[in-house]
Amino acid sequence: MSNYMKLEIAAKSENEGFARSAVAAFALGLNPSISELSDIKTAVSEAVTNCVVHAYASERHGERKILIECQTEKKQTEGGFLHITITDYGCGIEDVDKAVLPFFTTLSADERSGMGFTIMQTFMSDFSLKSEKGKGTIVKMTKEIGVEKEEVRERADA
Amino acid sequence: MRVESKFLNRILYIRPSGEIDEHNATSARKEVDTLAEQYVTLAQQVVFDLGEISFMDSTGIGFLIGRYKKFHRYGVPMYIANPSQATDKILTVSGVYTLIPKI
Repeated sequence: MSNYMKLEIAAKSENEGFARSAVAAFALGLNPSISELSDIKTAVSEAVTNCVVHAYASERHGERKILIECQTEKKQTEGGFLHITITDYGCGIEDVDKAVLPFFTTLSADERSGMGFTIMQTFMSDFSLKSEKGKGTIVKMTKEIGVEKEEVRERADA
Repeated sequence: MRVESKFLNRILYIRPSGEIDEHNATSARKEVDTLAEQYVTLAQQVVFDLGEISFMDSTGIGFLIGRYKKFHRYGVPMYIANPSQATDKILTVSGVYTLIPKI
């Protein structure tokens, strides 16, 4: 049994809260713990922020849209996986290897921490990044749900 | 973003509430910096109470480090108090506590 959703939003910072909440609400079907849910929200927020701040930084992009797709994959036993793909059609990343390094930022003057990709990698179970200059960027992340020990699990829907 | 503050025994307590992300960091920055300018010469230390922060991403890290740098320039140490479990995780992962210790 799997579930799917697709969400297209304008690349505006005011949509960040909506995007992470929408993905979190979709993830509830997998019965995540509170901490799994907050990891997902944080990772989605990082990816969407990147699109708003970096991908569409230049004015020349006419259509500033972010595509968010989610797919659940249930295990036969308890838990499952949430696969998230976040796509933008912006400027692309010059050097992907450099971009994922902790504290690397192209906008240090703006109080950017340079931790976005590091947080996505740390908070999610799987992470990959594909980017083409001038075409856009695709971030794929997977969160395994239900891996925490039962006794420490706090149900997000409780 | 709402920011509460109090100044007690030469300690400036700053308590922002709500979500810190790219969208509302700008207003939080403005509010806190106004406070900072007002108290920076009077305060012996600054405590950021994050107990009312319901969500924070790496924009919050940039925000906190930015404020740390401001106070540091005046030799005023800064501390973090009451982070939620989720906030604590992101601050730990990004090494913020090495600059701004948790009390």
